[in-house]
Amino acid sequence: MTQTAPDMIELKGITKEYVKPSGEVHTVLRDINLRIPKGEFTSIVGPTGCGKSTALNLIAGFEPPTEGEVYISEQRLDGINQRAACVFQTENAFPWKTVIDNVSLGLRLRGISKADAYDEARKWITRVGLKGFEGHYPSQLSGGMRKRVSLAQCLIVQPEILLMDESFSALDVHTRQLMEDELLRIWEETSASVFFITHDLEEAIALSDRVIVLTAGPGATIKGDYQIDLPRPRNVAEISFDPAFMRIHQQIWKDLKDEVMISYENANKFTS
Amino acid sequence: MKTQISSLASPASVEVVSRKAELKKKALKLQARNLSLQLLVFVVVTGSWQFLSSQKIIDPFFFSSPFDIVKHIWTWAVYGTTAGPLWLQFLVTLEETVLSFILGGVFGIIFGYALGVNDLLSVILGPYIKMINAIPRVVLVPIFILWFGLGMPSKVASGLVLTFFIVFFNAFQGVREVDRNLINNALLLGASKGQLAKHVIIPSALTWILSSLHSSFGFALIGAVVGEFIGATQGLGYLIAQAQGAFDTTGVFAGMLILSITALIADLGVSKLEKRFIAWRYVRK
Repeated sequence: MTQTAPDMIELKGITKEYVKPSGEVHTVLRDINLRIPKGEFTSIVGPTGCGKSTALNLIAGFEPPTEGEVYISEQRLDGINQRAACVFQTENAFPWKTVIDNVSLGLRLRGISKADAYDEARKWITRVGLKGFEGHYPSQLSGGMRKRVSLAQCLIVQPEILLMDESFSALDVHTRQLMEDELLRIWEETSASVFFITHDLEEAIALSDRVIVLTAGPGATIKGDYQIDLPRPRNVAEISFDPAFMRIHQQIWKDLKDEVMISYENANKFTS
Repeated sequence: MKTQISSLASPASVEVVSRKAELKKKALKLQARNLSLQLLVFVVVTGSWQFLSSQKIIDPFFFSSPFDIVKHIWTWAVYGTTAGPLWLQFLVTLEETVLSFILGGVFGIIFGYALGVNDLLSVILGPYIKMINAIPRVVLVPIFILWFGLGMPSKVASGLVLTFFIVFFNAFQGVREVDRNLINNALLLGASKGQLAKHVIIPSALTWILSSLHSSFGFALIGAVVGEFIGATQGLGYLIAQAQGAFDTTGVFAGMLILSITALIADLGVSKLEKRFIAWRYVRK
């Protein structure tokens, strides 16, 4: 990705605080400044509870930042981000809708006729490898297949930003690698910027153009920002044997390890 | 992925077919066993009732007997009741029940939905609804009879207040329990408020609402019958009240039997409705 591309997402001095039921103020993110160019695949890694998902919520527009602003294509975000789609960790698919109704939903909501929406949905269902399952309900599908539905459901609206909140972390290792490869394959055909949240550093490096490390919460900030210049197309299952991959992994892990230890100590402090 | 699909789509082998037949046979056997056990319970209960009553071990005057009850219903059906033909009494009660069920259901869903999606409204009205809900509804029936007279409206009103709260609380809870991710997902995909309701909130809440309809039909029936019991000129509740006034235990039991059969049939209807509206819950996993 060229660095001259315009910013798709810009976080400007973002701080996010919550008031706990006890009345205490809990700072999740503190003074985050981040620019993500158009078409870049960015991963955010950090220890559990550091506020990765909060960052995603802010970009999606589910909640406003306490301080600072979110800009999408240089426009200030106010309310739901209409240029984004999100693959959640748990379920995206509506259990009361069949696969084709789930996938075509985004188009139907935009007022496209049922026939046209179905035609387009069939293409996407084929693209994610679910041909023949159009009439199935999500409960009849495996976890990996449901993730494929989620992907198709998001990508059919051709979002400029694809948000992924630990999307594959509930899958078993093999399904996960399969889905990661699939994601890369489909992503390379689109021009979407991907904002990928994970706690798995290997996954982050294997998929991304850029990996951002957050510090342990509360009040997480950006600790490191790494460009991953491994050649594409990549094979997720094999790339981890690449010496270049290992070098990058080692480098980032040094940063991340400290934060994980801090987060671990914090957790122990609270429980004991 | 492709190989998986083709193996699923390939024609089933003979072995699979025979296995299927075997499983089907097993399922049928199980069904037959359950049905015969159910029948056995019926035979034992009514049989011993009949025996005890005809042997005068229990007093037939107070406890009646299954044969007498069926005979009584037969007499009602053929010669009519004190309030007119039996089918008319049945129809009156059914009409009151269905009307209060529908009205209570509709109001319950509307209010439950409105308070479920609107925090301000639920904060304002919450305490009042809890207060009204705390009143035993049966004490409202005499008031309804004073307000609306001995006819149908007072019975519909008493059935309505009973059904309303059940459906209301379930609809409210159903709306509140919608998965946050699903709402967020729909919003990102571009859903407006109305579309959010249509595609996400209502389908999700329907599971709760429909399960409440099972019990609320029973309550609609209770409302109608209690209303008739306290003051009416026709209906099954009126028949029971009349029989009670004449120390006619058989008549009371006969009315009860007709009521319970009605409730059973209605329950089947609601189950059908449920399968129709939340088909996705019944797909084979």
